[in-house]
Amino acid sequence: MEMNFEDKLAELETIVEKLEKGQLSLDESLELFEHGITLSRECNAMLKNARQKVEKLIEEDNNLKSEDFALPDETIKGNNY
Amino acid sequence: MFFEEKGIYSVHEFTLAVKGILTSGQFNDVWIRGEISNFKNHTSGHRYFTLKDKNSSLQCVMFKWHGQNLRFEPEHGMKVLVLGDLDVYEQRGQYQLKVRAIRPDGVGELYKAYEQLKNKLALEGLFSPEHKKALPRFPKKIGVATSETGAVLHDILTVLKRRYPVNILFVPTMVQGEYAANSIVHSIELLNRTDVDLIILGRGGGSLEDLWSFNEEIVARAIFSSKLPIISAVGHETDYTIADFVADVRAPTPSAAAEMAVPDRQELFNQVKRLRELLIERQKRDISDRSLHAAELRKCVDPGLLQERIANYMQYIDDIKERKMRSIERLLETRTSQFRECTGKLDAVSPLGTLSRGYSIALKLPDKTIVRSINDIEKNDEIHILVNDGKIKCDVNDKEECKWK
Repeated sequence: MEMNFEDKLAELETIVEKLEKGQLSLDESLELFEHGITLSRECNAMLKNARQKVEKLIEEDNNLKSEDFALPDETIKGNNY
Repeated sequence: MFFEEKGIYSVHEFTLAVKGILTSGQFNDVWIRGEISNFKNHTSGHRYFTLKDKNSSLQCVMFKWHGQNLRFEPEHGMKVLVLGDLDVYEQRGQYQLKVRAIRPDGVGELYKAYEQLKNKLALEGLFSPEHKKALPRFPKKIGVATSETGAVLHDILTVLKRRYPVNILFVPTMVQGEYAANSIVHSIELLNRTDVDLIILGRGGGSLEDLWSFNEEIVARAIFSSKLPIISAVGHETDYTIADFVADVRAPTPSAAAEMAVPDRQELFNQVKRLRELLIERQKRDISDRSLHAAELRKCVDPGLLQERIANYMQYIDDIKERKMRSIERLLETRTSQFRECTGKLDAVSPLGTLSRGYSIALKLPDKTIVRSINDIEKNDEIHILVNDGKIKCDVNDKEECKWK
């Protein structure tokens, strides 16, 4: 399963910490750096690509379904809750 | 008019006839305002009381199964609105209201009921911090239970879209009126069967009566039982409903609830950027540290340095060699002078000196033993006589003893 944003961000933080501490071989440090850059790119992409999708939950014979939902414009002005 | 023509009812028949008229539907589902008196909570679970005003009174019964939904315990003197259907109690020929719901009438009564329920649930621990569930930091899908029409949903969607767009599952929910509490409970239960990460339960501002469904016990218990964290956003900043106390997080407004539900995307962008910069900076520093180290190491193996060191060693070796030579010479000198001293002493005792003064030494052959006495030789022995410049080979003719001293 692909890592979620939270995990990616946490891993990026860990990598920065590890590099800060030092005590790594050059190979390790280069590998971590490369991985860190990849993660930061992926995090950015995930943030950039976040889209709002609104669905409405429908109950039908005790089964749950959902369908795309868009606010009708006029409800914005309405004040009946 | 004779009774034969009209016919005769038994009491029971008559009562049933009256009942037929009274329960035909006209007095079903009626709301009646009044004050409670003679309230009796029977051990059977049914509640009996009289609803009265200045001029009239009405017998009421609330059966156990309807009483289960009571949101407060009615008390004598309480002003209430009751919902019920007219009925006739046949045994007494008495009409009465079969009560299905009781609402406190007026803000004062509502507050009483509110405080009553709040204290009860607080005692049960429904508001305790240890029951509060943490909100996920990065929810992927948010369940929203609110009215399909109205500004609340719009506000929530707008804030979520701006702050961090995520998937939203919306459940149309009645948030006002007779069926609102059940609808809210139902929506919470439905959302708990979906893959949302948290629930926002929202409603716009309103009077205490308007917000009343959020003060109902069944709503409080549904929020408490929810496996998913719930943010309540009911009414305005200053309105606190029971739902707010039970919810895992209380938001002052629906927009605020949306802000609490998701992180700020711009902040996250900045955080990722900061981490990336740190990463690059640290990597640069690491590389430069390593280059410096390498340069230092290289300096240590400089060929010039090696030559210098070898020259140093060679000089040292020369130095040692010279010192050795000198000490050997000194030793030689000492030995030479010691030798001279010894030869001088030797000269003094040498037989050669004696020979130069005219003495001679006789040696008997073949052993060349020194002849010290006439007893050492016999006639005809061959002897050599050593003199200063050579030896004289002789044969012994004769020997004669003499006393020289």
